[in-house]
Parts: sequence; structure tokens; C-alpha cells
Amino acid sequence: MGRKLLLEKAQVEGIRNYDVYRREGGYRSVEKAFKEMSPDQITDEVKKSGLRGRGGAGFPAGMKWSFIAKPEGVPRHLVCNADESEPGTFKDRFLMEFIPHLLIEGLIVSSYALGSHLTYIYIRGEYSWIIDILETAIGEAKSNGWLGENILGTGFNLEIYIHRGAGAYICGEETALLESLEGKRGLPRIKPPFPAVKGVWDRPTVVNNVETLAAVVPIILMGGEEYAKIGVGKSTGTKLISACGNINKPGVYEIDMTISVEDFIYSDEYCGGIANGKKLKACIPGGSSVPILPANLLLKTAKGEKRIMNYESLSDGGFAKGSMMGSGGFIVLDEDQCVVKHTYTLARFYRHESCGQCSPCREGTGWMEKILKNIETGKGKMSDIDLLWDIQRRIEGNTICPLGDAAAWPVAAAIRHFRDEFEWHILNPEESQIRNYGLAHYADPLEPAVAAV
Amino acid sequence: MAEEKKLFKVTIDNITIEVEPGTTILNAARKIGGEVAPPAMCYYSTLKGSGGKCRTCLVEVAAGSTADPRPMPKLVASCRTNVMDGMIVKNITSEKALDARKGIVEFLLINHPLDCPICDQAGECYLQDLSYEHGEEGTRYEFKRRTFEKHDIGPYIQLHMTRCILCYRCVYVADQLTQKREHGILDRGDQSEIATYIHKALENDFIGNVIDVCPVGALTDKTFRFKNRVWFLKPQDAHRDCPKCSGRVTLWNRGDEVFRVTARKDQWGEVQEFICNECRFEKKKTADWVIEGPTRISRHSVISQGHYVDTVEPRETLPAVMGGRKPKLLMDINNVSEVNRPGIDLSEIQGPAHSMDFDSENIKP
Ligand SMILES: Cc1cc2nc3c(=O)[nH]c(=O)nc-3n(C[C@H](O)[C@H](O)[C@H](O)COP(=O)(O)O)c2cc1C
Ligand code: SF4
Ligand code: SF4
Ligand code: FES
Repeated sequence: MGRKLLLEKAQVEGIRNYDVYRREGGYRSVEKAFKEMSPDQITDEVKKSGLRGRGGAGFPAGMKWSFIAKPEGVPRHLVCNADESEPGTFKDRFLMEFIPHLLIEGLIVSSYALGSHLTYIYIRGEYSWIIDILETAIGEAKSNGWLGENILGTGFNLEIYIHRGAGAYICGEETALLESLEGKRGLPRIKPPFPAVKGVWDRPTVVNNVETLAAVVPIILMGGEEYAKIGVGKSTGTKLISACGNINKPGVYEIDMTISVEDFIYSDEYCGGIANGKKLKACIPGGSSVPILPANLLLKTAKGEKRIMNYESLSDGGFAKGSMMGSGGFIVLDEDQCVVKHTYTLARFYRHESCGQCSPCREGTGWMEKILKNIETGKGKMSDIDLLWDIQRRIEGNTICPLGDAAAWPVAAAIRHFRDEFEWHILNPEESQIRNYGLAHYADPLEPAVAAV
Repeated sequence: MAEEKKLFKVTIDNITIEVEPGTTILNAARKIGGEVAPPAMCYYSTLKGSGGKCRTCLVEVAAGSTADPRPMPKLVASCRTNVMDGMIVKNITSEKALDARKGIVEFLLINHPLDCPICDQAGECYLQDLSYEHGEEGTRYEFKRRTFEKHDIGPYIQLHMTRCILCYRCVYVADQLTQKREHGILDRGDQSEIATYIHKALENDFIGNVIDVCPVGALTDKTFRFKNRVWFLKPQDAHRDCPKCSGRVTLWNRGDEVFRVTARKDQWGEVQEFICNECRFEKKKTADWVIEGPTRISRHSVISQGHYVDTVEPRETLPAVMGGRKPKLLMDINNVSEVNRPGIDLSEIQGPAHSMDFDSENIKP
């Protein structure tokens, strides 16, 4: 049904190998770009495509490319962010594992556009087998003349190196990634200066997500304008969604961003409905950092419209009544799941992954984790809920990097939408240890919203 | 003049001044002085790369510049944000900044041991000042405070990791002042700690300066440990001919004894001339030094409660900023301590102060 641009060929037997990939039309975008286009034209096409960063923040890729500083005599770099460590997000892994040459192809075209002769893939260390797959693909590309010196006789030289991370989520944050790439502790930098001006080794650098860079291939092949016709509004092209949780068919899906959340969860083409005949309770639509939504606010916006799987619709209602597309990690919770426990699990993750540089995140994440643990284990107090709210409020926006926000939002959203469940936990300390609060009213139809909050 | 430099106009808490391009909001605010200057726990003007971490200096930018007068969406770290021409900044006139700062103080204190009664830094601790000035009463934290395995870092410097606020200043000192950095921050998040990888002494020349830059009692002078409270000592400026450093120091005397030697700090508590280990740790006789006279101490400091004639009056900016609201007095030491009776005037005591001088029998009413 939906159009596929990235994963169309992913199931072709042997597509991981160069010969098959090439036979299926691989590397045509490099030929087209190198022979028919100037670097600026490529950037223009990417701008026209409306492609937004797929790593979480959704920043327009073409615009980011056009910001890169071009001082005389200073090398520039492209860095591919393959650190993918957000709980619930595993789309880049799928792409790199099954169709590695698509990423390499995207990297070559993008490097050419940006003038990067040394491009890095910073990959999550735990993806050890994928590193082998990518190394093989890079080797094949090189022996077939797509990498190395004087590619296609254009005089353009390019090497791609893989750098593996050492197991820190924070190294996915672009400036921490650059520090780590330089061989230092993965501490986010204080911005400005932005990577586009001073990135790796103080050289102008563009950091993009795996999926973003892979999407450059279809954009070049079909043209930016054609690409922009897929989807709606500012959500152009296709998006990879990694769906997991209590659904019948967890996996990675490529969607064009016109499909409704309801269809995505219940249709057989995608998630195939809630597993074991249970009911939908809640969902985190964009990876662990984005706000959780109860079933009733997930399927319909506060205005009563169908919620669509795209940037605008998922964030419709702001933080009070919406969520975010984030990194496309779609986590579904059924009626048997406990939101308190779930929030505690996330808080534990963020505490563990905070780099510890700035005080609100270093201290606040640990504090929230401890309070949530108390509530979860039946030792909570009613005042803890307001305290949690106050702590997250004072972390959010006050930190060096967005990890602080990412730690604050899930707690805020859980309290905002599931306060009843927190209160029930606290008021029923013993019962909450043996049973869950259940679906409660979280799927009840919403009163039509009167005015925006 | 041959070249006119274009200055940037910036308005902080309703006071407008002109500063050179490239000045940070914090340094511009320090030019105005008084409470308009945000507190800074990690920034240190002489240490490259410092700042941005503690978040106590957050301020609100109500207008980015004349060219782009939009407000900035988030509070910004004033120590790492440069002023723009026509920028409007709110520090103590911003509810949002004050509230965030309260939060930061609480965060910095939840795992702090609050062992001030046995801490050598008490009385000259920036976390104490910060808490009095910007914190809330009481704590909402009900959990065990963080502890660490003890590390012995040698004969000169005492490390109390539990007190550390991870400002990274000591790491920059070691990086920028000594031949080779021997310590750093290990681990991540709230488990981060200052340590040498394998238990090792910090002995590099100039490493003693970590004691002066440390805002809290995490790094203190072992040769001074538990010897005296700082407010019983008489600080005097002194110098000696030193082949390694400027030799310009502050001596902390009681009687003829030099209890400790520190570098001189400016009004923002920052050392401008770092001193060598020899001056700091080895020259503990008055005869080693040429005394210049009493150190000028800020009126706000507990140390100045000894009533110097020469104390530095901070510039009163508040009336201009707050429309008549009064600044708050941190703490009047006379309310809590017997020793600093108004009757004692350190400046009038001939030579260094002795414990006898503090004896209530001798105090004039
Ligand atoms: C804590 C944290 C972790 C992140 N992890 C990743 C990641 O694993 N992969 C990724 O592509 N972007 C990650 N990001 C986003 C990057 O900072 C950056 O925005 C992104 O790589 C830019 O690429 P894009 O514009 O193509 O999305 C993370 C951000 C934060 C704050
Ligand atoms: S917000 Fe957290 S992860 Fe980001 S710099 Fe601060 S302490 Fe590190
Ligand atoms: S030991 Fe002191 S100077 Fe070093 S990081 Fe900790 S608080 Fe800062
Ligand atoms: S002084 Fe600015 S963040 Fe610490």
C-alpha cells in the first residue's frame, strides 16, 4: 500500500552484497549526482525535498547543509550518526543490517555535496555485527571505484571510516559524538559554536542520522520536488518506524506520513493490532524521550481529529495534549502495563546515561529515579507526585544538552495523563504490588476540547 | 584615536552599559557589579574552556539584539553567552531565572554532605554563599546521600569527593597550569568522581592551585587541615622573591605562625596570579615573607566580620534595579558566633591576631 523508498529492496535475496545491490539499481544516485549535478545543486534538491532530520529533532536537512561554514583551506566533514541507543528505536539498525549499501551510497552523495573527503560513521558499539557488514560494504564500494581517489573521474576523493562507540547513549547527542570521535570523554559541548562552524577537530561538520542520509538517495533519483509530494505539509517523504511493545507484529516499517495512528496499530500491514486480544492503554510514539499518550489522546487529537503518523499531527496539542515524532520508536503499552513502573524504568535509564556535566541533569535524574522507585515499590507519598513535577520542571530547558529534557518529558507526561494511576499506587501500596491499575479510563472517549490549554 | 572600536550596548536588569564585542553576559554584568552579577560556580575567567556546567549563572534574554529583538526561548548560561548589540538581559529581575537558580541550588545540595562544621572551606565556601543567597530553606530530599570510595591524592591536597560539585575547574587547572594532568573525572552521571586512575599523588608544581579554584571543600590544603577556622585568621598580602611564580600571596596568620598560604583572589573570588607549590606549602614562616598589609576583604565575607577599617564596600546597584527594594544580608556572623564581637577590630591589633585577642575578657563592650 504505502510507498517504499528505503526498504523497497531490503528483502531482495543477497541485497547486502554489492553485485546484487548494483544490479537492482544501486549507486545510480552517485552517477547522477557526480555527472549531472554540482554540490550546490544537490543541497538544493535536498532543500526542495523538505527532508527533515530523522534522528529525533526533525531539523530540515537541506538547511543544515547550507549552514556549513566554508573557510578557505579548512577541511569539512560529514559524520553519520549511527549511535541509535534510544529505547524503542531500532530503525537504523535494520537499514544498515539489511541494505548497507544504501547508506554508503547516501554518504557518498552527501559527502560530495558537503565537500567532505573524510566521512565518519559513528556507530553504537553494541552493533558489533553491523560494523562487519558495513566494513564489507565499504570495501566492496571501494574496490568498485565508488570510494577512494578520483571517484568516477571527477577528481573527488572520499574515504569513509567507521568509529565504534563504547556504550553511552549520550554519544548519540551530536556534540558528545564529536568529542567521542576525537577520542575524548563523550561530554556534550556548550553551543554555540555549532558543529556547522566548529565540529570535529574544530572543522565545519555536519552530523546527520543514518536514515536522513539514506533518504538522500531517492531524493537525488526522483528529484526533491517529487519527493516532497509524498506525505503532507512539512512531513515529506517516507519515515522508518520501529514498532515494539504489546503488538502482534513488532518490526521496522516504512510509512508515508499520511497513515493514521489507528491504522498503523491495527492494520495487518503494520502492527497487526494489540497482542493477545488485549486493549490499547498508552503509547510512546517517537522513542523513549517523547511524551507518552493515553489511548484516547493517541488515536484522536484534542480537537477530535484523527491523529496521523507525521511530525505535525503527532505534536498536535503541544506537550499538554500531544507528543512528538522523535526518532520513530513506536512503543505500545496494553492494558496490563503499569505506567508507574514504565516511568521508573525510563527514569533509571536516563539517570544511568546522564553524562554528569551539568547539575540539573546529573542530580535531578537520580532524584526522580529514587522517588519513582519508592512509588513503584509501594513506599510513595502523595507529595511525591508534586515533587516529581517540580523536579522535572526545573531540569527541563536548564541543561547543556537535550538529554535533560528527554529525562524530564516522560515523567511530566506520565504525571499529566496518568496521575490517577500514580495516586492509586500510593494509596494502595499493597495492592499495587500484586496487580496493575489496568486500562482504567484511559481509552474512554474524550470530551471535545473547548479551548486550547 | 586612530581606530574607534564599536562597543555593544547591553541592558542588564534595567542598567545599560557598553562593552567590547565578545564579552560574555556574565562579564558585562560583573562590570555593573553587585547582585546584578550572576553567581558563577564553574566559570573561572583565567581558565580556558571553563563554565557552562553548573547552570547557576542562568539568565533570561528578553531581547537578543537590536537586529533580532526576539527573546531567547530558554534561559542561557551567562558565562558562555556573548552579548549582542542591544541585548536585554534579566537576571534578578527575572522570576524565571531566580526560580531556576533555586532549583539549581537544591540540585547541588541534595547530595552534598553538609558537613560544614568539620569542613575547612566553611566561611569561604561559594556553595555556602550560594545557598544563603539563592537557595530555599530546608530540603525535599529524603534519600541517602552519595558516597565514594576514598582516594588519597598525596601529602598536599585533601580530596573529599562527597563535597565536589563537579565544576571541572581543578581539571582545567591541571591541564593548563601543570606539566601533566594526573587527575580527572572518572565515570559518568551522578557517579562521576574526581580521581587519579590508579591511586596516585598529585605532586606537579602549581597543582596546589586546585585548592584555590575549588569552590567548595572538595580540595583543601592538607598542610592546613583542621588547624583553624578561616575567620579566626588574619589575612595579609605578602610577597617573596620566587623563581617559579610571582610570589604574591595572601598569608593567613595567627600569632607569628603562618597557618596557610593562598593565592590572592579578586572580588569575584578568582585568582589572577597562580602560585607555585613551594610558596603555598613550604613557606610557613613569617620571616619567609615581606608583609604588605591587611588583605582587602569583601564586606559580605564572614572573614571581614573581624571589622577591618579597610573593607571593600560593594557597589550598591540594587536601588537602580529593584526600585527601592533592599538587598538581603547574607548572615550576620555576630548572631551565630561569639568570637567576632563587634568589639574586636582586627585592623587595630598590632601585628598578627592571637587567640587572646578573641578572649571575651579582653573585649571592649
Ligand atoms: C541524548 C541524545 C541522544 C541522541 N541519540 C541519537 C542517535 O542515537 N542517533 C541519531 O541519529 N541522533 C541522535 N540524537 C540527535 C542528534 O543530536 C542529532 O540531532 C542528529 O544526529 C542530527 O541528525 P538529523 O538532523 O539527521 O536528525 C540524540 C540526541 C540526544 C540529545
Ligand atoms: S543534560 Fe545531562 S547529558 Fe546533557 S550535558 Fe547535562 S548532564 Fe550531560
Ligand atoms: S574537586 Fe572542586 S574544583 Fe574539582 S570539580 Fe570538584 S568542586 Fe570543582
Ligand atoms: S558559571 Fe555559568 S554555568 Fe557555571
